[in-house]
Amino acid sequence: MASEILPVIFLSLIVSFTSTFIASVIGISAAVPFSIKNFKLKKYILRINEVLMSMPPVLMGLIVYVVLSKEGSLGNYNLLFTPFAMIIAQTLLVMPIVFTLTVSSLSKVSVEIMKNCKVLGAGRFEIFISIINECRMQILSIITTGFGRAISEVGAVMMVGGNIKGHTRVMTTFIAFETGKGNFREAFIIGGILLFISLIVNTLIHCFKGEAE
Amino acid sequence: MKKNLTKFFYFSVIFIFCLSFLSCTSVNEKSFILATTTSTQDSGLLDYILPVFEKETGIKVKVVAKGTGEALEMGKRGDADCLLVHAKSKEEQFVNDGYALKRYDVMYNDFVIVGPKEDRAQIKSTGNDPLLAFKKIYENKVAFISRGDESGTHTKEKEIWKKLNINIKGEWYISAGTGMGAVLKMADEKKAYTLTDRATYLSMKDKISLVILVEKNPILYNQYGIMMVNPKKHKIKEKEVQTFIDWILSDKTQKLIGEYGRDKYGQSLFIPNAKK
Repeated sequence: MASEILPVIFLSLIVSFTSTFIASVIGISAAVPFSIKNFKLKKYILRINEVLMSMPPVLMGLIVYVVLSKEGSLGNYNLLFTPFAMIIAQTLLVMPIVFTLTVSSLSKVSVEIMKNCKVLGAGRFEIFISIINECRMQILSIITTGFGRAISEVGAVMMVGGNIKGHTRVMTTFIAFETGKGNFREAFIIGGILLFISLIVNTLIHCFKGEAE
Repeated sequence: MKKNLTKFFYFSVIFIFCLSFLSCTSVNEKSFILATTTSTQDSGLLDYILPVFEKETGIKVKVVAKGTGEALEMGKRGDADCLLVHAKSKEEQFVNDGYALKRYDVMYNDFVIVGPKEDRAQIKSTGNDPLLAFKKIYENKVAFISRGDESGTHTKEKEIWKKLNINIKGEWYISAGTGMGAVLKMADEKKAYTLTDRATYLSMKDKISLVILVEKNPILYNQYGIMMVNPKKHKIKEKEVQTFIDWILSDKTQKLIGEYGRDKYGQSLFIPNAKK
């Protein structure tokens, strides 16, 4: 029992952590300058990202599947039905969330911080760092939201991962699979663990907030 | 204190990232993708025989369980290396179209029509005639759940409806679009009839209250075949797949397949019939 469940939990965490990490790095580093600068298409880019935020995971699954399939444009890399494929799909799902939320939570303060930094003679990179540093609590919450989306997502990872035992089976696809077979007990155990993980993540975030205040 | 905690946080994030990267890249072992039907996975057969193969050869088999139709499509695109499916006519078409070079018989089991104990359509009295049973289900408009996913089971079901020249439409006919185990659960919940392979039914018998109403008829014969995706069409793991096909057709594995389920269900779930 444990030997079957442990790799599932482990893989779930790895895939979701990695995709949240990549999505956060890209999303946040794009969102900080985006929140400062004003340009023509800003409104539209934001709108598009808001739409992408609520992108159905199965649609993302379909897109990634088609691209990674042997007849797709990235077919030669043999990525379909690997953890990589799952990470790609989840990263693409989480990125708009991180981006949009970061932009909206920074838009009021970032210009202010930038002005202050400029007065102090800071360079571009220093401004970037100090904006992130000032807003790290909001950003942390945003990353948690993204992680929540990633780890609870089932449609996309089922499609591009294929739910292969010991290779691409994660907690959510495990639950779907076992429920289909009528094994409610196993499904509930994993479901409980899934809840427990989000509890831990949330507690950690609260600890950080407590430390900061 | 605050700084330490923040440092720890950044460190752990980077650590996890490195760890995950390592674990992802270490998947370079010998392996291939076997696209198969939900029945071989849900019945537990693959969990029973594959560890033996992996231990003997060190080749890891990555099983993607879909309906036969979807598995064949995966083979056409080259997303799978090897196919273990059960819809002989479709498989032969697959070989004729050049997507595979050869198809081998592996084993068979049979389909059964299951339904609620009350048997409102009285199909038990048909004397194991699936055609008559389907006709009665249709005439009585009792709930019938179809796999609806182009799987081997679905193909067989459509064959029977076609023989009867019945146009299947209406609220009684539920197209589920999911795997065998899930359909059996659904039929159980809705007190509906369905066509299932015997192996999946037996492996789930304890969890559902459906009973076998029609069985052991030549129409319900269910042959499984194995094929390697044409290596000339797609870059596949030819060597690994050939090893697997030779292994599954060998006397020893055939015996193993025949033994599966005997201790638990009192009968074999699959009867091996690879040609020598």
